[in-house]
Amino acid sequence: MTWFNILIEGALVGGFYALFACGLSLMFGVMKIINLAHGDMAVVAAYIAVFLVPHLHISEVLSFIVVVPIFGLVGYVVQRTLIQKSIDRDPFTTLLVTFGLSVVIENLLLEGYSANGQTVNIGSAAYNSWHPGGIFYLSYVSLVVLATSVVVLGALQFFLSKTGLGRQIRAVADDQEAAELSGTNYRHIFGVAAAIAFATVALAGIAYGMMTQFSPSSGGINLLYAFEAVVVGGIGSLWGTLVGGVALGIAQEFGAHFGPQYQVLGGNILFLLVLAIRPQGLFGKKTALS
Amino acid sequence: MSDVLLEVSNLVVYHGQLCAVDDVSFSIEAGEIFAVIGANGAGKSTMLRSLAGLHSPKSGVVAFKGHDLAGQSPHKRVAAGLSLVPEGRRLFSSLTLEENLQVGAKGGRKGTFDLAKIYELFDWMPARRRQYAWQFSGGEQQAIALGRGLLSNPDLLMVDEISLGLAPIVIERIYALIPEIVAHGVSVLIIEQDVSQGVAVADHVLCLLEGRTSLRGRPEELSPEQIERAYFGVGAQHESDVAS
Amino acid sequence: MTKLDGVRVDVRRSTNSPALTLAGVGVLVALLTAAPWIFPQGFVSILVNFFVLLIMATMWNLLAGYAGMISIGQQAFVGLGGYGVLYFALKGMSPFAAVPVAVVVGGVIAIPITYLLFRLRGGYFAIATWVVADTAMIIIGTVNFLGGGTGKLVPGFTSLSPSELNHYAYLETWGMAFVVLLGTYLLLRSRMGLALAAIRDNEVAARSMGINVVRARRVIFIVAAAGCAGAGAVLTLSQTYVQPTNEFSLQWAAEMLFVSMIGGLGTIEGPILGCIIFFALQQTLSQQGAWYLVILGSVAMAIALWQPRGLWGAVRDRFGIELLPIGHWVGPLREPKALTETSEE
Repeated sequence: MTWFNILIEGALVGGFYALFACGLSLMFGVMKIINLAHGDMAVVAAYIAVFLVPHLHISEVLSFIVVVPIFGLVGYVVQRTLIQKSIDRDPFTTLLVTFGLSVVIENLLLEGYSANGQTVNIGSAAYNSWHPGGIFYLSYVSLVVLATSVVVLGALQFFLSKTGLGRQIRAVADDQEAAELSGTNYRHIFGVAAAIAFATVALAGIAYGMMTQFSPSSGGINLLYAFEAVVVGGIGSLWGTLVGGVALGIAQEFGAHFGPQYQVLGGNILFLLVLAIRPQGLFGKKTALS
Repeated sequence: MSDVLLEVSNLVVYHGQLCAVDDVSFSIEAGEIFAVIGANGAGKSTMLRSLAGLHSPKSGVVAFKGHDLAGQSPHKRVAAGLSLVPEGRRLFSSLTLEENLQVGAKGGRKGTFDLAKIYELFDWMPARRRQYAWQFSGGEQQAIALGRGLLSNPDLLMVDEISLGLAPIVIERIYALIPEIVAHGVSVLIIEQDVSQGVAVADHVLCLLEGRTSLRGRPEELSPEQIERAYFGVGAQHESDVAS
Repeated sequence: MTKLDGVRVDVRRSTNSPALTLAGVGVLVALLTAAPWIFPQGFVSILVNFFVLLIMATMWNLLAGYAGMISIGQQAFVGLGGYGVLYFALKGMSPFAAVPVAVVVGGVIAIPITYLLFRLRGGYFAIATWVVADTAMIIIGTVNFLGGGTGKLVPGFTSLSPSELNHYAYLETWGMAFVVLLGTYLLLRSRMGLALAAIRDNEVAARSMGINVVRARRVIFIVAAAGCAGAGAVLTLSQTYVQPTNEFSLQWAAEMLFVSMIGGLGTIEGPILGCIIFFALQQTLSQQGAWYLVILGSVAMAIALWQPRGLWGAVRDRFGIELLPIGHWVGPLREPKALTETSEE
């Protein structure tokens, strides 16, 4: 009985982790970089949803309509300017710069909004749940977030496989130089990939804010989860990230079973095990390995 | 009275600290097949990569259809009508045959070459268009790479080491395609290590030796001995050192 | 003097005036050792924190600037060092004596970790180091003997008066910093240092010359772990209270990283300069809460993008000085007896 519970809860949160992680995975696949500020972008989106969107007389629930496209645009611009400049230097610089960005963002949020926990206000929907029978209570929010994650991931997969731009993105990820020679403007493609990453992580951030409390340091924690989901599922595979997210969720639920302080540990241990036994992850290509 | 497509003047390209291309000049006219021959390491690939925009020259002028290409990135050159099929085919490994071709089409210009035309040119492709690069032989991959380059509808198509790693019969088939490509209005620059093939098909030949021009002219005006000497550099300043 | 293809070549250490440097360093060392008796306590406290950060930054610089490994998880070892002291102190050892033991423990624990971490590289390696740090924090937080999540006071100080405690804490911290700096200097002047520079410049070439890249990296990682453990260990002497969220804080990672970036990677002087700037900044912004990290981070990013060799690198390039010589100059010796054309530069 408890096993089933763990699996369900894990799957629910796993879909969310995958949504969080797909941007990270995409940016690595296309640009071969890790954006260490990835998690913090999500938190910024959540803060915007809570504090700034209401000024536009839009309810917080619908904030994503405004925030997600804006983040996509911001992602494109940040990529073409700051991140591209770092990439042109070397991967080292990119790591350092994105880490710096992460710390700066977290501390700016800390200054602006203090360390208090916030949530995205969705009214009574936050407390309702679906009761299919027995002792199962699946919160509406979690279900909606899971459904959203699957839809977004599916749409992303469709975009990548069936559109011209999507093909160019995959081409750049395979062989940047050959793509350039085929007439692809790789900097533009990088920008598009970043835009998608920022947009999806913004959506994930707002979803996160609906499900639990967030604070300036939440970005870091979620980066950890996103990263673990990607590594467990396999670097370079979008559906692998979904599986990885679910596996992570289940591992965390399993840990939580022994006590709340063991929840994150459960995920970390799964990650370290995968690293020890099967470093390329469940479905991964070996690009990030030594 | 053909117009000059590509005019290269005093091109100098460095590969790190090594001077790979040393003061090379030549021009290509519309409708021509131009062959660049030379031994391994003679600088041919570096020169082509520089013409394609992947590598900035140290000095010299490259003019395409009258315009100086200095500083133009590769994708802009493709848009202007100058495409490179790189050495080693470099197909996109996670894309199918058709997707590979589609990427080539998307990055280029509209013209005679579209997907249907390529499938006409290579009639074995349509049946296998959903297969991936690793499922094709070397010769087939070369054909796909050629198709991908053609789909950008270039005025000048540059092909690096067109026959590398291919069986003779496959090389013959590929070379039979070249006049057909030219007939469609595309001029061709090929790099070829196999001298006989290069010389046989070309209107003009340029031979590089250690980055410098060692021979230039029309094949019919050049004797085999001349070519051999230019290729290997025998007779040039190349005595072996006393101390080594 | 070395013979190279018939050309006589002069290979020297890259410093203008070794005697001057040695004298300067000697004066500085004497001053710093006498600090508790010369300077006011407030300044001495700042020096303690300065040395702690300097140790961490020097170690991070070793990892990133020489071995090419970016780590955002060194706080794992800072924490292990701190908790190492706590553990041995609880078992009856004097905390001052426990410090070197904690250093060794940190280094030893790092060994199996390298086998896990070295399966990844680049950004994935970096985040994995953070996962390790996070895991260490959580695990330690569950151990009640060590105070669990709330932390514990380090025993063994009660016999000392406050000023004695401050003095001893300072001296041991300064001693650790001195040992770390000296050790790093000697390491980089050794064959290992040359190997590291080769690896950093061109890994493939280094490998083909027979340098065991993985082993060199492993050694450096262990050294850096031990060093950071040392920083965490001496920190307990001045803070006297250990708590997981403080010992394993990501803030250490941010600080050591920013300081190294600002000062400049790949030199010993870089982290020193970076730490000086950091503390100057902190003093001026001390009331501004989180702003100093914002400013520090922004400055670090700007420097990474526009002045990648850091501030010390800029000084060195501009004025040609190198205070602590770890490089070499190679130049021709007057008239070279050349048999072939020499390729220069």
